[in-house]
Amino acid sequence: MDKYILEIQNISKRYGGNVILKDISLNVREGDTVVIIGPSGTGKSTLLRCINLLTRIDTGKILLDGKDITTKNVSEDEVRQHVGMVFQNFLLFNHLTALDNVMIGLTKVRKMPANQAKEKAMQELRRVGLADRASHYPGQLSGGQQQRVAIARALAMDPRVMLFDEPTSALDPELIGEVLEVMRKLAEEGMTMLCVTHEMGFAREVADRIIFMEHGVIVEEGPPAELFYRPKFERTREFLWKITELYGKHKDEEKPGDTST
Amino acid sequence: MSEWFTLFSNSLPEFWKGTLITLLLTSTGLGIGFLLGIPAAVIRIYGSKYLRWLAIGYIELFRGTPALVQLFVIYYGLPDMGITLDRIPAAIIALGLNSGAYQAEYFRSAIQAIGHDQMMAARAIGMSRIKAIWNIILPQAMRLVIPAWSNEPVSLLKTTAIAFLIAVPDLMTKAKMVATRTYDPIGAYLAVAVIYLILVVILTAILEYISRKSRIPGFDLEIEAQRST
Repeated sequence: MDKYILEIQNISKRYGGNVILKDISLNVREGDTVVIIGPSGTGKSTLLRCINLLTRIDTGKILLDGKDITTKNVSEDEVRQHVGMVFQNFLLFNHLTALDNVMIGLTKVRKMPANQAKEKAMQELRRVGLADRASHYPGQLSGGQQQRVAIARALAMDPRVMLFDEPTSALDPELIGEVLEVMRKLAEEGMTMLCVTHEMGFAREVADRIIFMEHGVIVEEGPPAELFYRPKFERTREFLWKITELYGKHKDEEKPGDTST
Repeated sequence: MSEWFTLFSNSLPEFWKGTLITLLLTSTGLGIGFLLGIPAAVIRIYGSKYLRWLAIGYIELFRGTPALVQLFVIYYGLPDMGITLDRIPAAIIALGLNSGAYQAEYFRSAIQAIGHDQMMAARAIGMSRIKAIWNIILPQAMRLVIPAWSNEPVSLLKTTAIAFLIAVPDLMTKAKMVATRTYDPIGAYLAVAVIYLILVVILTAILEYISRKSRIPGFDLEIEAQRST
């Protein structure tokens, strides 16, 4: 039997009167790339935040490597070291160079000696193709480069799972490719990833599984081929149609759910 | 005019001594204020409810009352409670407490300008709140605060003149003494005005230098100056 690295069991979250997540369950195997899609405001980002405890769930539980991380006696800081997060707006530490951004978690959280941390940080920067930008400050890097440094920063902690919260939504179109390329490489290396994204090309090529969320529930999930070409629900079909249209990728043979060709 | 220069040069040793006291008051007051201001700002933003009220109470009390009143309470009022301070320590404590309240507000606006996101990013790699404040928030706030905070040393330098009223031998007190001795109050006060001005110009240049040195490429938001003196 396959072991799950991440098990989300019946979690719910509400803010005031608004239910953001309704009884969500989701299991992720080691090495899986799961892409979460859906209209904005449907709880996709909240779901990611719940996994690394930036947001606290109301009910249900989340297991990481079989261990419940949502009970009170679990240290948030400890959990977050194992769950890497990449934000839409990069959120690099502006007063630190690219290298120091990647290093600081190692030296301050992991208490790794500086020379060892530096070596590891350089390795992570090489992994995202930015070793030559190590001494640049965030303000001197393009958006795409900043996001790659942010990915390196998360990777440096050797996370069990990486969470990507719309990592390319704040980027100029010509910079999206380099970030997706890094993510694709990570997926190939066997990193377990949960990505909220609107990049359907990426989803189709890289995802092992696609989750379609709407109004705080998982409407439909399945492998890309199934979801893109044979969605079970009308709602999924509509959403995919709209989003592919938006991204200008319509060809007749790609019409979601159209099985006539 | 030449008479004034004579007065100035004859009184130079006295003015020099007064200047040293004034600089002592300014630097120690600024230092104490810095050490009080940072925790006061951090507590005001991140502290628990009661600690937060404590910080707000301190800041508003010292910003909301005249520095002179604070000085008199400390120098003339505390002895009634069994605490007797010498003139210079009393002046330093009063100026430090006063400056701390203002500095806290500068730091607070800088910390708030950095915003919640940097904290979130720090927490996301497993930093505790305290570590995030120390390693991520404060280093950025320190740089961000410089333009606004630069008012404080200059403002405090000028405020030290109130120490004259408890007879601390600072620049202002020396001016009074020179005025009495020479029967030339205008000349004497004009002389210290010039000295204060020179000190302010030098101080401003130093702050300008620090501001330039600490600049980080692509990171120079500025915070509105709040204190108008």
